[in-house]
Amino acid sequence: MQQHPDPKDPARRNFFAEGASVVIGGVISLVPVVAGARVLLDPLRRKSKAGAATRVTSLDALPPDGVPRKFPVIATRTDAWNKSTAPIGAVYLRRSPEGVVTALNVVCPHAGCFVDYVAEKSSYLCPCHNSTFKPDGAVSDAKSPSARALDSLEVEVRGGKEIWVKFQNFRAGHAEKIPCT
Amino acid sequence: MFGWLDHRTGYKKLLHEVLFENIPGGSRWRYVWGSTLTFGLVIQFITGIFLWMAYSPSSQTAWESVYYIQEEMAGGWFLRGLHHWTAQVMTVLLILHLMQVVIDGAYKAPREVNFWFGMILLQLILALSLTGYLLPWDQKGYWATKVATSILAIVPFVGEDLQKLVIGGPDYGHHTLTRFFALHAGVLPGLTVALIVGHIYLFRRHGITPKEPVKKPDAAFWPDQVFKDAVACMAVLATVLFFVIRHHGAELAAPADPSEPFSAARPDWYFLFLFQLLKYFPGTTEIWGAIIIPGLVMTVVMLMPFLGKWQLGHRFNLGLLYSILAGSGLLTYLALKEDNKNPMYVAAVKEAEQNAARVKVLAKAPAGIPLTGAAALLRDDPLTQGPKLFSKNCASCHRFGGHDGTGVEVKDAQTAADLQGFGSRAWLAGLLNPDKVDSIHYFGGTKFKAGKMAKFVKNTVHEFTPEQKGQLVKVIKAVSAEAQLLSQKALDTNDAADIDEGRKLATGETMRCTECHAFRKADDTAIAPDLTGWASRAWLTDFIHNPKHERFYGKRNDRMPAFGEDQVLDAKQIGLIADWLRGDWYEPAKAK
Repeated sequence: MQQHPDPKDPARRNFFAEGASVVIGGVISLVPVVAGARVLLDPLRRKSKAGAATRVTSLDALPPDGVPRKFPVIATRTDAWNKSTAPIGAVYLRRSPEGVVTALNVVCPHAGCFVDYVAEKSSYLCPCHNSTFKPDGAVSDAKSPSARALDSLEVEVRGGKEIWVKFQNFRAGHAEKIPCT
Repeated sequence: MFGWLDHRTGYKKLLHEVLFENIPGGSRWRYVWGSTLTFGLVIQFITGIFLWMAYSPSSQTAWESVYYIQEEMAGGWFLRGLHHWTAQVMTVLLILHLMQVVIDGAYKAPREVNFWFGMILLQLILALSLTGYLLPWDQKGYWATKVATSILAIVPFVGEDLQKLVIGGPDYGHHTLTRFFALHAGVLPGLTVALIVGHIYLFRRHGITPKEPVKKPDAAFWPDQVFKDAVACMAVLATVLFFVIRHHGAELAAPADPSEPFSAARPDWYFLFLFQLLKYFPGTTEIWGAIIIPGLVMTVVMLMPFLGKWQLGHRFNLGLLYSILAGSGLLTYLALKEDNKNPMYVAAVKEAEQNAARVKVLAKAPAGIPLTGAAALLRDDPLTQGPKLFSKNCASCHRFGGHDGTGVEVKDAQTAADLQGFGSRAWLAGLLNPDKVDSIHYFGGTKFKAGKMAKFVKNTVHEFTPEQKGQLVKVIKAVSAEAQLLSQKALDTNDAADIDEGRKLATGETMRCTECHAFRKADDTAIAPDLTGWASRAWLTDFIHNPKHERFYGKRNDRMPAFGEDQVLDAKQIGLIADWLRGDWYEPAKAK
């Protein structure tokens, strides 16, 4: 049997090899992590293209009785690699007897659920955390979890016939209306 | 704080064991291969998980999501390139690791089990490569993997069922991708990790096999061997980065399309030897080349630890290893050589590259990728389909710039007009040129060579005075404007006055167009093709649909088939030919 000196002999310490190993090991391991993280963070560069006016329905489809009615908003939508015409959300439209049209986003400003309009109670009810809103969108109960009224949207009646809405989503959970971008 | 953590985890002892393993004879460069492979796997796990976050396995989204990673996401090409090229480099490292193990005799007792672990790991990693090759769902991966899974079907008794299980049904589709993806990202990596843990555990249990004779004193793994391993891993990464940057990521061919042939389909280079082997087994003997011979070779390799016990066993094993490597190398060389000499293959590769580039242009167009998937982009693209349809249906008589539309010379004699630039002023000016009208480029190959039009051009136009020639130019502008070619849009707008005048002149005594042709108004007595909307999309599709129609040649039609009327081509195909001839396809706006 050959005799070997103790490999843990401190005299053989090689500071260069130790330092270089740690540095090289660290740097080469970082390469795949950084490459991946860059792609992971790609969504931060993307901006919402919502906010353009979209034709929602005709004026005739909305009786002037002040009762909210739900309409889908269908627009050209970019979903990663696909471009298609697809629903991007929904709105409650209301036409007062005076003929004024108002629009509310159907999404509850509390946590983002889809609110229902309950005709018997003449109010919107959120099925998730019981927020309630008046027909004009205002919070109807001080104990309502929602920090703000339903989000109103800009409406335009074009040519006296068509209802166009500037559809947008807003950040949930804030007292102010902050558009999602 | 470290004391607190050590008290609860004992990490210091573990770290000590990891770092201060004894290496008989000290650190050596030949021991680095296992570490480089582990490093390669770590890269694959990290990059793979990030790619997973953007990949969508279905036949309408796989190519599309990979395209999106590669072309649209920040740094996506780099990430995908890193994953792709590390896989390529790992194949080489596997061979080097195996060579080192066999040459140094590290497979011998008591390390038999670890040798088997290693051989299984080798096959797992090749399986990862094979499954990963399909995931982009491009023409290359689709057709190459089809060959691999078709081979499964020749396995006796259970082949067909096995194939169905692997591809998730009787045909390639969504479930082929979901299954390959689950194998690639779940099952195979899981098995690989389990076996690697076992591999490293057994390696540590038996220790390194020193290259005899040991000349230097023993040393600990840390720091000298770690340093050598780190440098080797850095070299591996540098090699990978070289290829990633040189190729700007990894290749992505056109989207898989079962209706589009792909003669450029080849497995990745490390499977080429198996691909080549199959060529030597005719008919029903395929099973020998595909399964029996590779299986036998693998079995003998697995038996190396036992063979090595004989007196000459180690030499036999070395000989076997070198023979396998040399044989595979030779087969790979032959495969590459045959392909390079095969003009069909070379042309197919060129076409594949063109399609891959074109589909990316279309995917970036404002219309984007439809929900039905990107394969439709090429199927509906005049620039891609026009030449192929022309070559198949038109080029037996017509030519396009002297060739068949795809750039290939035609053997049959040309018997009808050359349609490159059809509808343009230059094309029409050639037709009205007394020296050219009866040439092979126009009416020369047809019975119209001696027809009224040719006579008119040769006799009347030939005698035109300079003033009349000036009028003819305006008529050419007017008739060519009917085509509404994209390439002449600016010219047509500029020359509106000339075109107006040309329209009037066409009906006049000198030009006499309307003696035979209808032009911009109905004319029951017209005997020649209608010049109203001449060479426009509608005119051309109607013409190809039925040239025998009264509006065109009527009974005087010379041999041209009624492609639409006789249902040789459908409306979409006719439209693609017309659009292509008219130069009407999507081009990205030039950067301003």
